[in-house]
Amino acid sequence: MYLRRKILSRMSDAWMLITLAMIILLPLIIGVALYFRASGLLQNTGLIHLLGTSEWLPHEKKFGFVPFIFSSLYVTTLAFAFSAPISFFAAIYLTQFSHGRMLKIMQPVIDILAGIPSVVYGVWGILVIVPFVSKVVAPAFHFTTSGYSILAGGMVLAVMCIPYMLNMLVESFLTVPQGLKEASFSLGATAWESVKHAVIRKSFPGIISSFGLGMAKAFGETLAVMMVVGNMVKLSLNPLEAGYPLPALIANNFGEMMSIPMYDSALMFAAFLLFIIIMAINLIFRYFIYKTQMR
Amino acid sequence: MTLDIIKNIENSEILLTNCIFEEVEKNETILKIENLNVYAKKEHILKNINLEIPKNKITVLLGPSGCGKTTLLKSLNRLTDLYKELKVSGHIFIENDDILASKQNTSVLRQKMGLLSQRPYPLPYSIYKNVAYGIKLKGIKNKKLIEFNVEKKLREVGLWEEVKDRLHSSPESLSIGQQQRLCLARGLAVKPRIILADEPTSALDPVSSKIIENLFKELKKHYTIILVTHVLRQAQRLADHVVFMNYGEVIEQGSSKEIFSNPQTSQLKEYLIEGN
Ligand SMILES: Nc1ncnc2c1ncn2[C@@H]1O[C@H](COP(=O)(O)OP(=O)(O)O)[C@@H](O)[C@H]1O
Ligand SMILES: [Mg+2]
Repeated sequence: MYLRRKILSRMSDAWMLITLAMIILLPLIIGVALYFRASGLLQNTGLIHLLGTSEWLPHEKKFGFVPFIFSSLYVTTLAFAFSAPISFFAAIYLTQFSHGRMLKIMQPVIDILAGIPSVVYGVWGILVIVPFVSKVVAPAFHFTTSGYSILAGGMVLAVMCIPYMLNMLVESFLTVPQGLKEASFSLGATAWESVKHAVIRKSFPGIISSFGLGMAKAFGETLAVMMVVGNMVKLSLNPLEAGYPLPALIANNFGEMMSIPMYDSALMFAAFLLFIIIMAINLIFRYFIYKTQMR
Repeated sequence: MTLDIIKNIENSEILLTNCIFEEVEKNETILKIENLNVYAKKEHILKNINLEIPKNKITVLLGPSGCGKTTLLKSLNRLTDLYKELKVSGHIFIENDDILASKQNTSVLRQKMGLLSQRPYPLPYSIYKNVAYGIKLKGIKNKKLIEFNVEKKLREVGLWEEVKDRLHSSPESLSIGQQQRLCLARGLAVKPRIILADEPTSALDPVSSKIIENLFKELKKHYTIILVTHVLRQAQRLADHVVFMNYGEVIEQGSSKEIFSNPQTSQLKEYLIEGN
């Protein structure tokens, strides 16, 4: 009997170790695999050329990734600039100032919004955001565009990110103990002072990780962005121009045009880049969290 | 130089308050509660409370949990405002000023009370900044003056020697007992008249509890203390005046001696027997 329990316990220990190792190894395996599949291009063209030039002419073996990286970063930054403040203040309002009933009503709504498939957001973007950009925003700046643009991509992404970040922010604001707020109030602080010094500061790590995960999600989001961003290899600071983010490049071309030499390798490199950049975003935000916890 | 001036000001302030103390009669009332009722939806949490809190004394609130002691304390500094479901009516006078009058400036009013809760809740700042937070809320901006007051308040709670070398580290590095004293220092920094202590030692070890008790004995020279406690021995050690509550009502009140040696109601007798 005792032996059986001991063996069972050993076995479950082993199982847990194996699953844990798999979870840890998986990203490593993906990264290494992508790297090897992309290594043909890397040897052929060289990293500096890939990351330093902006000419994309696969037939002439010119693979400049700058426009794609730029588009990705641009769309993500716009999405972040739109969604971070909105979700932040919405979360503050929901958890600190609104009636408790409001939060109860909003929470399932947020969950539903977060669960809508991205293709639906894409269609909605085509029907609403794209015309909005071409008929309202662009004329205001005396510019003509089809509406399929970096800005449209950023706006659709922002709408997708808001419920996602809002969820995490609400969660982290709710963990601040009521007693801490009361302590601040009892010292004569106003509601806003208490929120600022107790709630926001206490949940700083939570805020940063919500932002970080939101950004990583925005960076990797493919379908919805692809549907509204125009997918043209361009390098322009004007957000009303079309762009071509990395995930869209992969999704649009994988399995096609494979007859072009090195093309397959180039797409793998794009995936590798995507992987590395998302890792980097995560690491940077982890570092911030670590820093703020040390304070 | 400036520091000397500041110290002089502070000293004369102390002298002044001492003069005032000498003038007061023994049994002056600082706080008068009239017909206080608190409802939460249909529940009647506090039922027609009438109380007078003596100045510079320790008033102990006794009663089984759920009888409304915390709610009573929260009514005194209008923390009940934070709970939209609570309806408060009646009057609470602090020196002829009605706390519950809606036109009151709640910030100024809350600074007349220092709150000490069951667990210490240090703000997510350094030890120094925790105390400075209270001082700044009192409107003091001069850096030297803040520094001087931080030290003074930390000394007042006997924490200065223990933390003077790590003022800028997080309060998390302190023991729970030290954190509780830090929160007390932070509360004293807004110069309250009354200390509201809601089972302040229930999370502490016996030694830390003893330190807080001794502090209270010291602090009552300058402050009025309203203390909620579950520990009957602690109540006996500290109380000047005792209020016994049950089911949201004041059942019995009187001096410490009257209550503990000669309880009148059966409810209180039962409570005292079970407590010992
Ligand atoms: N915000 C509130 N909403 C509803 N009921 C409350 C609220 N605060 C306290 N109560 C109720 O009031 C009663 C007294 O609570 P409390 O004052 O915390 O008691 P004590 O501190 O004596 O243990 C309890 O029954 C509690 O459920
Ligand atoms: Mg209580």
